[in-house]
Amino acid sequence: MNLTEKEVRYVAGLANLSLSEDELARMVHDLGGILSQMDRLAEIDTTGVEPMAQVLYDAGDDTATLREDVERTPLGSDAAVANAAISASGYFKVPLVIERQE
Amino acid sequence: MSEISKLTIGSIREGLLSRRFSATEIAQQALAFAESENPKTNAYLRLCPERALAAAAKVDAAIAAGEEIGLLAGVPVAVKDVILTKGVITTCASRILEHYNPPYDATAIERLEAAGGVIIGKTNCDEFAMGSSNENSAFGAVRNPVALDRVPGGSSGGSAAVVAQGTAVVSLGSDTGGSIRQPASFCGVVGVTPTYGRVSRYGLSAFASSLDHIGPFARNVRDAATLLEVMAGRDPMDSTSAAAPVPRYAASMTGDVRGMRVGVPVEYMAHATGETAALIHGAIDTLRQLGCDVVDVSLPSTDYAVAAYYVLCTAEASSNLARYDGVRYTTRSEEAGSLISMYQHSRGEGFGPEVKRRIMLGTYVLSHGYYDAYYLKAQKVRALVARDFTQAFGKLDAIVAPVSPFPAFKIGEKVDDPVAMYLSDIYTITGSLAGIPCMSVPCGLTSQGLPVGLQILCDHFREPEMFRLAHAFESAVTLRTS
Repeated sequence: MNLTEKEVRYVAGLANLSLSEDELARMVHDLGGILSQMDRLAEIDTTGVEPMAQVLYDAGDDTATLREDVERTPLGSDAAVANAAISASGYFKVPLVIERQE
Repeated sequence: MSEISKLTIGSIREGLLSRRFSATEIAQQALAFAESENPKTNAYLRLCPERALAAAAKVDAAIAAGEEIGLLAGVPVAVKDVILTKGVITTCASRILEHYNPPYDATAIERLEAAGGVIIGKTNCDEFAMGSSNENSAFGAVRNPVALDRVPGGSSGGSAAVVAQGTAVVSLGSDTGGSIRQPASFCGVVGVTPTYGRVSRYGLSAFASSLDHIGPFARNVRDAATLLEVMAGRDPMDSTSAAAPVPRYAASMTGDVRGMRVGVPVEYMAHATGETAALIHGAIDTLRQLGCDVVDVSLPSTDYAVAAYYVLCTAEASSNLARYDGVRYTTRSEEAGSLISMYQHSRGEGFGPEVKRRIMLGTYVLSHGYYDAYYLKAQKVRALVARDFTQAFGKLDAIVAPVSPFPAFKIGEKVDDPVAMYLSDIYTITGSLAGIPCMSVPCGLTSQGLPVGLQILCDHFREPEMFRLAHAFESAVTLRTS
């Protein structure tokens, strides 16, 4: 399957990814080539096959269960924001999200 | 100063207990050796001497006090830079995490340090573990210590290189579609991808959660098994970690593999050519001489595994990497006007070409109108690949195969052809999709002196059988070449 430049721009928008014009042209070419390989999936008969979302094995009842609901101390907001580009008073700071109507 | 490069977990233990050297001396030597050797390969992104010397001092204090020491006491360990180490910068080889200082340790890290392991540094890799050559690192490619103009494989190229180079005794890598086995094969060391869920993924930066594993590199099978044993087991912090008891793997390495039923997949060998194929055929002969019952086996869905894998891993990656948005993790674009443009530019500037390519692919295959044709279809093909193995292991104890179609290639040789790079993962992807344990063990050198690994695959949680076969094979190869 070949993608148009318009489609690539649309997908980049969904992915919140800015691409330069050069990157865009390269992406049209690369994604087309890779999707052509992926299109081979249509050749194999999967009638009646259940999709496999996770590795499945019989490993006893304790696997893939939730842990006990025990109270414990979390990292804390100071540690959580320590790596943020901009933070203040234990919060992440971002550009204005909601414009106030006057 | 060559002693470090010859040490094993066993020889370190013996040396510590006989007071021939201290853990501090070993750590100092390993750090110095790593520092002097690293310019050749670029395998380490950073060393962590403070943390290493503190861990070594603890081991020395325990020995001085006559206390029991752990299985990894005093062993210099290198860690792939996608595994979180508290207080030691962890970049995932990406600009977007260039200054990220993790607030906690991965469970695997906690366990190996509790066993006396000494973490000496963080290793280079493909950005977010996406790649097969280690050329996708934001901090420069890694060179293969065996042949410096060649790639070490990927994505855990740095972790394979430091063990081959001898600057660490063992190391940790991560494997999503072959990222431990393929660099192990390229660098001539042992690399193990355990059963999915055998080692907790808590603190492993997520690439494709249904496929991600942490696993060990070592210079011999016994050391790899010991490191796995220390890290394995249920972790309340990872709901997919398995509760199955962790065996003492050393007990399985008896050297006796007579009567083991070993399958050779006809679909794999049909692709294999050249010196790699010849070395694998030689390895199969060795297994026969050891008394294995070797038969052909068919894994009919093999041809579709690469396509299914790249749909699934990119879909999961596009979702997992959405968290790098310029808000929580270190780097934000200067171009940040509105919230959306801040996201777009932070990601556009922070991610490298391969990561962008995979985010785009994953977003596309999950987008409206394509979900059934790609994502759902790939999950069904994954079920077929897994069923191939389930049926095969009804009659077999193990499967052996090549790891890669070719040995280490030249740096730059394949970097412009993503399709060819993806297709080269054919032999490792199938085991990853099924979630079974698999490993690479060195089986010989090409005429140019490049290492080639033999892949061994077993059913879920059959690591003991896998190590038994790998250890017997390793002993036979060592005997022949020494």
